[in-house]
Amino acid sequence: MKSRTIKVDYLARVEGEGGILVKVKDDQVTEVKLNIFEPPRFFEAWLRGRLYKEVPDLTARICGICPVAYQMSSCHAIESAFGQKPDGMIRELRRLLYCGEWIESHSLHIHLLHAPDFLGYQDALAMAKDFPKEVERGLRIKKLGNDIMTTVGGREIHPINVRVGGFYKSPSKKDIRAYIEPLKKARDEAVETLRLMATLKFPNFEQDYVFVSLRHPTEYPLCEGNVVSSNGLNIPVSDYEKHFQEEHIPHANALHSKMLGTGAYLVGPLARYALNYDRLTPLAQSEAKKAGLEKVVKNPFKGIVVRAVELLWAIEEALRICESYEVPEKPFIEMTPKASMGSGMSEAPRGILYHRYRLDENGYVLDAKITPPTSQNQKQMEDDLRAYVEQNLDQPHDKLTWQCEQAIRNYDPCISCATHAIRLDILRD
Amino acid sequence: MAKQSKPRIAVWKFASCDGCQLSLLDCEDELLAVAGTVEIANFAEASRAMQPGPYTVSLVEGSITTPHDAERIHKIRRDSQVLITIGACATAGGVQALRNFKDVKDFFNTVYASPHYIETLAKSTPISDHVRVDYELRGCPINKMQLLEVLNAFLNGRKPNIFPHSVCMECKMRGTPCVMVAQGMPCLGPVTHAGCNALCPSFARGCFGCFGPKETPNTASMSSQFQKMGLKDDDIVRAFRSFNACADPFRKESEAHEK
Repeated sequence: MKSRTIKVDYLARVEGEGGILVKVKDDQVTEVKLNIFEPPRFFEAWLRGRLYKEVPDLTARICGICPVAYQMSSCHAIESAFGQKPDGMIRELRRLLYCGEWIESHSLHIHLLHAPDFLGYQDALAMAKDFPKEVERGLRIKKLGNDIMTTVGGREIHPINVRVGGFYKSPSKKDIRAYIEPLKKARDEAVETLRLMATLKFPNFEQDYVFVSLRHPTEYPLCEGNVVSSNGLNIPVSDYEKHFQEEHIPHANALHSKMLGTGAYLVGPLARYALNYDRLTPLAQSEAKKAGLEKVVKNPFKGIVVRAVELLWAIEEALRICESYEVPEKPFIEMTPKASMGSGMSEAPRGILYHRYRLDENGYVLDAKITPPTSQNQKQMEDDLRAYVEQNLDQPHDKLTWQCEQAIRNYDPCISCATHAIRLDILRD
Repeated sequence: MAKQSKPRIAVWKFASCDGCQLSLLDCEDELLAVAGTVEIANFAEASRAMQPGPYTVSLVEGSITTPHDAERIHKIRRDSQVLITIGACATAGGVQALRNFKDVKDFFNTVYASPHYIETLAKSTPISDHVRVDYELRGCPINKMQLLEVLNAFLNGRKPNIFPHSVCMECKMRGTPCVMVAQGMPCLGPVTHAGCNALCPSFARGCFGCFGPKETPNTASMSSQFQKMGLKDDDIVRAFRSFNACADPFRKESEAHEK
């Protein structure tokens, strides 16, 4: 067994190189560790003393892949603390920006990070030699997501147009309407993508997950709703910490989350889909059915197909917003700070992202808590590995190693881990 | 004539958010073309195939915050003909360098239940504090077009065409009326390095310094302008302390206003 100092960026918790250690003795898995070594960056600590207005720009830097998720969770938490809520077109614009991120992130993961596994390539560039049309299509859809983020947010990585209360500037009607045709084309392309992903070969593997996601009365969830689970939990976001706890464990500098009374749980596309199937568009539902998906998918390897369903949904949702967009009277609502505490949650592409802030009467941060999706999935990822290895001990070492990597990449845990930076040691006594 | 082998590119990550590496994958229109002209020998974010050095060009993202990383960067330097740092973390220590102004021991208790599991340096430092760097590309995040320009320049043995002037110059070039003069918004544009194409002023907000200090910034004059606009010392400290808080001119200016 190799030992090394393992480090995880506490807040991103999802970046950098990861390592897996699986120990097998007498055909029994005796130890499973998913190590993510990334230095802590201490966001929660130095956020103290910052003014509320700076928070969305600062927390965005936790993750370059899903900065909008951090901005949205921050804004919702602070707005909830101050008891003010932007609505109407501002809310729609936020959803559009977030759809842009989902489109970019999901398309990146599906085409560049995950599909090569199923087709046996080291990377998408090698895959592009045999599947040029498919990779180019993936890049085209990804680019459209980035373009939407650039129009609404100013740039695709760390958008600058988001503020507590709304936006600094509203995009013009002409700029938004310009996306209607490209989105219609992307909708057709996303259907093709979904159909292609449905033809991949999936290992025969299912887990009895406890799914957790947001659920909204009428919409597929993005920034609002209650926290619900497949084992009956249904709570407002403000009660999240009463039911979920984080613990620090030796082999990862991330904090593992557990659901009280349950233990490991799963967040992300599989969970959102299982708990909100009825909120998908009719097209997304029918294409999911054609792709052979049940209303609840328990095979984590099929996450790539579920992600493609969500990609289609995000494109349709973006199209709906673009078609009905009118420039809001004012791009933001004024905030009045007060001594308060507020929590916010949004569905990052990888699952629920929880933020909670305590602020003083002038709006300075006294205390911050941030729980990203990947730390919530970490326990479940280890459980998946354990079960998968136990069921596949007869596989040759190289193949099993790759499949274990894939079992982690199913979660799109972070761009680095999800892209082939996982070192696996299987020790057999 | 012997066939020339393709230049070998490697991409490395230290403490960071991954956004600057992602910029490379965000070059959707150019990605396949770039990949055709170079050998991507090591890029964990994009490929499972990780080849050993030597590398023609290494792109380094992130700052040094652990003893292990302080070692690792030396090996990368030895293996690389050219080493280019990309983004505010790698060039100035990044947003996580905000720890440098506090006692890091207190941070453990804020963030982690079991501090003794963690080994981390008290400071977050730029790559150039540890090894020789051939070129620094600024930004939080970097501008992806500038990244392509820098890569292209080094692969063709020429100097990159990247301007060291201020964001103000970019504002003038794109014709945005000055938000500080016309609207009374605090703006770091006069002391901030160009590269974003003066994005924030075009979105009706002041520059907040993503690209760090320009070549010869007059930060004292910037602060006195802020004071005239009614900003307090505490506001000025926070303005200079974000993604490039430990870039020298910004660090010194913020310290000058600390009580």
